[in-house]
Amino acid sequence: MATFAHRNRRSGRRSPLTSAALLLIGLLATGGAYAAFTATSSADAASQTQVTKLTEEGEKLFAANCASCHGLQAEGTEDAPTLIGVGAASVDFQVGTGRMPMAASGPQAEQKPVQFTEEQIAALATWVASLGPGPAIPDERYLQGDGDLAVGAELFRINCAMCHNVAGAGGALTQGKFAPGVVGVSAKHVYEAMITGPQNMPVFNDANISPEDKSAIITYLQYLETSTSPGGLELGSLGPVSEGLFIWIFALGGIVAITVWLTAKSN
Amino acid sequence: MAQADGAETGTAVERHEHAPRAAGVAVVSDDRVQNPGFPPYRPRVSDIDPVKERQNERRVFWLFLASMIGSVFAVVAYIVFPIHEGDMDSVRLNNLFLGLGFALGLLGIGFGAVHWSKSLMDGHDLVEQRHETRGKPETVARASEIFTLGNKESGFTRRKLIRNGLLGALVLAPLSAIVIFRDFAPAEDPVKLLKHTLWEKGTRLARDPNGIPIKASDVTIGSVFHVIPENLHESDHPLEEKAKAAVLLMRLDPADLHVSEERKDWNFRGIVAYSKICTHVGCPVALYEQQTHHLLCPCHQSQFDITREAEVIFGPAKRPLPQLPITVDEEGYLVAQSDFHEPVGPSFWERSL
Repeated sequence: MATFAHRNRRSGRRSPLTSAALLLIGLLATGGAYAAFTATSSADAASQTQVTKLTEEGEKLFAANCASCHGLQAEGTEDAPTLIGVGAASVDFQVGTGRMPMAASGPQAEQKPVQFTEEQIAALATWVASLGPGPAIPDERYLQGDGDLAVGAELFRINCAMCHNVAGAGGALTQGKFAPGVVGVSAKHVYEAMITGPQNMPVFNDANISPEDKSAIITYLQYLETSTSPGGLELGSLGPVSEGLFIWIFALGGIVAITVWLTAKSN
Repeated sequence: MAQADGAETGTAVERHEHAPRAAGVAVVSDDRVQNPGFPPYRPRVSDIDPVKERQNERRVFWLFLASMIGSVFAVVAYIVFPIHEGDMDSVRLNNLFLGLGFALGLLGIGFGAVHWSKSLMDGHDLVEQRHETRGKPETVARASEIFTLGNKESGFTRRKLIRNGLLGALVLAPLSAIVIFRDFAPAEDPVKLLKHTLWEKGTRLARDPNGIPIKASDVTIGSVFHVIPENLHESDHPLEEKAKAAVLLMRLDPADLHVSEERKDWNFRGIVAYSKICTHVGCPVALYEQQTHHLLCPCHQSQFDITREAEVIFGPAKRPLPQLPITVDEEGYLVAQSDFHEPVGPSFWERSL
């Protein structure tokens, strides 16, 4: 190498190989860029057709499974609300947790085994989202559970705990309705519930609780899920109801049994 | 063994003999419950069978042995399961095993002693009569003698000036305490504190807990915001002020609201603000159902209908939740028009309504 450099400097001319190398690099770069661009645009086109296909499939699924209550164009009927403008997030939550389609009308749609595959849910969500603007399925980066735990816990206590219980165990509402437990629910569904306000839950839009704060709340729920109860048996985390019942039955029952034994005559 | 046949005190049956009556005399029947006395003495198996006696003896010993094991176990558990700071699992294990050891240690002694007395100790029944409340005559006489002597020596009844002076001093002595303890009460008139909150004309509605003011455009239909006054954190007693000023902000479709004439400008395009303090006993009412527009208090299940100015539709609350009149300022932020028009929270004596 040293001799080569030395010779080069002395001659003051480029090696004939350099031109060939430059030419090759130029060609490769142009060709590569072209290939990359065409690949991207064909990917765009492919995803576009994919979306169209999803929308069409979604429309068919909707007509077959949802239209009897929500109307053929999701315009709503006397039995069910319109779905125009509810967004993909709403469909993904309601269908993805098995709440929709409802098994029977009742105080509220309850969680049950999911009725559709991931692809079918995505198709339904895409079609409903195409009807009007609404909340989209949340970005993955807010669902990682890496938010500020302390902030999340405080926001949960202020905004969520009155219905969902401070330990996320859920609680009763009026006339047979209830707020479900939220520990163990997937981060995506928690986020979607906050932005769409399913059933009687109010909406917590991004102006009220920012996406970062929603991520913090999800972090708190995941903390509740993984941390163990320092007090031993949680008894459903329902507070004085289950704990009081436990003490009434087992502690007082034990005291009564001991009292009976104490005063009974030995045979 | 029990003497079930005699009438000696402290042992046995009390007999209630009837006086002989002449024929033809009206009789008021004596319906007092007769003392049935003790049931006949029945020997226990351990009294009869020496094998059973040995067995019971061993059982008592096993219970005491269990107690010893429990006590030693508590010491061992305390060493084997130490508490590591910040590790809740270690606290739980430590408490669990320590508690089990203590419980076994103490219950073993108790159960052993009771089983011992029930199965092996002398098993006869006995009655212990209550002592008379009145003392013996000599005690009574001696006490009154001391009082008489005291009176004679001190002249308590004779020297009336001294006696009345002492009574006067005793009556006046607690007065100073009354003055001192009166000052523990709030210096300000508590009624005024109950009647007013931090809200006043132009106070911005802010998010709880961060105090960021809320624009009307932030509150979409179906939304609920937990609200504090924007200047809450600057007040001298933020927690006390929050306990009175906490507000729940909701946006409904204006068509759903039934607004009375005098409150027609209290909401802003379907955005309504109500006190979060229940009118029953002051729990925070925040369980809002956005489809039925019912607000539920979790403590005693009072329900308020937000579409009808928070009137009570169920439960023990007597009055609707006070409404905070709101509007927007020139920057689009929600502001209060005034304080609440009535005291928030539960009733108190001086409340006029």
